[in-house]
Amino acid sequence: MAELCAVIGVGQTNFDANRIDVSMPGLLREAALRALEDAELTWADIDAVVVGKAPDMFEGMMLPENYLADALGATGKPLLRVHTAGSVGGSTANVAMSLVSAGLHERVLTISFEKQSESNAMWALTLSPPFSVSVVAGAGGFFAPLVRTYMHRSGAPEDTGIRVALKDRLNALKNPYAHLKMPDISYEMIRDSMMLWDPIRYLESCPSSDGACAMILSNEKLAERTPRKPAWVHGSSMRSEPVQFAKRDAVNPMSGRMAAQDLYSQAGIKDPRKEIDCIECYVPFSWFEPMWMETMGFADEGEGWKLTLDGTTALDGSRPVNMSGGVLSSNAIGASGMCRYAEAANQVRGEAGEHQVAGAKKALGHAYGGGSQYFAMALFGAEKP
Amino acid sequence: MASIESIVRDSQPLKGPHVIEYPFRRSCGPILSEFFGALREGRIVGIRSKTAGVLVPPSEYDPVTAEALDEFVDVGPGGEVVSYSWVSKPRPLQRLDHPFAFALIKLDGADASMLHMVDVGGDESAIQVGMRVAPRWSAERKGHIADIEAFVAEADAVAAPPVLSGEDKPVRAIRTPLRLEYDFTAGREQTIFLRGLAHKMILGARRPGDDLVYVPPRGADPRTAEPTSEIVEVSDKGTVVTYSIVRVPSENIDLELPYVCINVLLDGSNLPFFHVLQKCELDEVRLGMRVQAQWVPDAELSASVTSIAFFAPIDEPDVPYEDFKEYC
Repeated sequence: MAELCAVIGVGQTNFDANRIDVSMPGLLREAALRALEDAELTWADIDAVVVGKAPDMFEGMMLPENYLADALGATGKPLLRVHTAGSVGGSTANVAMSLVSAGLHERVLTISFEKQSESNAMWALTLSPPFSVSVVAGAGGFFAPLVRTYMHRSGAPEDTGIRVALKDRLNALKNPYAHLKMPDISYEMIRDSMMLWDPIRYLESCPSSDGACAMILSNEKLAERTPRKPAWVHGSSMRSEPVQFAKRDAVNPMSGRMAAQDLYSQAGIKDPRKEIDCIECYVPFSWFEPMWMETMGFADEGEGWKLTLDGTTALDGSRPVNMSGGVLSSNAIGASGMCRYAEAANQVRGEAGEHQVAGAKKALGHAYGGGSQYFAMALFGAEKP
Repeated sequence: MASIESIVRDSQPLKGPHVIEYPFRRSCGPILSEFFGALREGRIVGIRSKTAGVLVPPSEYDPVTAEALDEFVDVGPGGEVVSYSWVSKPRPLQRLDHPFAFALIKLDGADASMLHMVDVGGDESAIQVGMRVAPRWSAERKGHIADIEAFVAEADAVAAPPVLSGEDKPVRAIRTPLRLEYDFTAGREQTIFLRGLAHKMILGARRPGDDLVYVPPRGADPRTAEPTSEIVEVSDKGTVVTYSIVRVPSENIDLELPYVCINVLLDGSNLPFFHVLQKCELDEVRLGMRVQAQWVPDAELSASVTSIAFFAPIDEPDVPYEDFKEYC
């Protein structure tokens, strides 16, 4: 029988376009220390460290984890790194959870990060090998055609993306760590912002951020002794698929649907629409909220947009989505998945501050990466599974 | 006119140079900022740790206990070669153009050694472990590790010349340019595809007995990993299955903005791919529209995707969404 696993500490940095005030190790340190403080622990209490970040080219540093041992108190402990593109913040936590569940370690620090100001992600995503031509302009260039397909398939109102962005940008105002805070944000501002990758507008897109997010995981015995309420892991799942194959559905990918079904099966969830109180999912461009609502079974196919329009996903709605302001408000790529998990965990711990969903008992954290081809999810509960 | 057979026969993989280059930035944080600021002044600082003595360059954290460090110590400038590796043929981007040594140097007052270069005028016999060395400072110091050009025999060293710039702002970040030179190999299937393009032929592949054609061919069916060994030619006409209008500039993309990026499914292929649509008003682009590859002039054709200049609309009725909905 696997060990139960719980999140007993959460920490994140302040996110910003340019954290020039800290080195890369210093950035991770800030998140890790806050997580230790939250759990009222010290470095000596940690048995292993699992680090995640997106491709090395995003900072131009090979194997950065190799020089982070001193910053993360990992000397003399296992230190390993996970890499699954943008979903890495989620999958890194999943790997750390498996170390606890398997009984290998009692307490694990898991942390993920990106320092986008060191480089240029658009450049890193458009490296042009010989004999080829680059026509896909960064992540937005890849995802915009998928958004157009979704709009066509679902017949969603054209302003769905604007409404998602407005909701998330308003939520971010309640999050002290968020990068983008726009107190005067309005529907009109988003509508009138520049089209970058038509149909995706500037204010419907995520920023480039520096930041890190950390969680302390423990087994059941130690979670019961922790000073603050733990978030119990009810399930965690990862699925992958190739970026291209004939008749691939890249809008509602098979691997995303499989990960959600596996997660619900592990957690004993029969009807996610009734049993899950809130969701924090990876939405780098606003239209991905309705898309992922369908992939994860919170709406029928082609109807995810209705949850935005009828207010279900609003912070005061019946099933809020991206309470923290989401990836649209802070996107330190490697950290983004773990921020989703951290928010979901904090919701069931009752530690989500001004963006707390009253009485949240079960919360889902979600991350995706690559060309919508890597998915990582976890379900957190206020009670033991 | 080339045949598929002749192209497949001549499938020695194409190779070409692939250079990845970027001037990455490193933010220093408070500790390394002090180190680089000191170099600009012609000094070297280390930091005291409980478990490992004085570390140079200064570390932010104790290597064993992880506690934050903050006690700076002046070290050097002289020191001793602890170990070295002789570089007999310096590479183009290395900072010395004659043979030199990369060396671990334990500076006076430090407990850990620092990696730098030792310049003994190209004479390998002039360096040995235990040799006393000192910095040869750069005249124009900017707050960078290259402010020390190299270490030299202590007897030949001169004191650091004064800072010329008078700059005293903290060094918050440094540039660390990176350049990687790869020999890119296209592989067998991609080579066949590329050689076809030189003859205005678009070649894909399928598993024998299967009807799904992959363009460009990938060597194996991504669903089953079975080889797609049968090479087939597909049309240069196709259908736009989805698209976006790109208005944002990107590195490595020279196209004039805005441009239309289409996902095009060629007739006879079962895998759409990205390319550019031109000769079309932006408000006329639509799902299902028919397009055709426009080739560069014959004299410019080569085994490269650049042989297709762009796609352009053709006068054929749109394809209903139902007919291509599995491909977008």
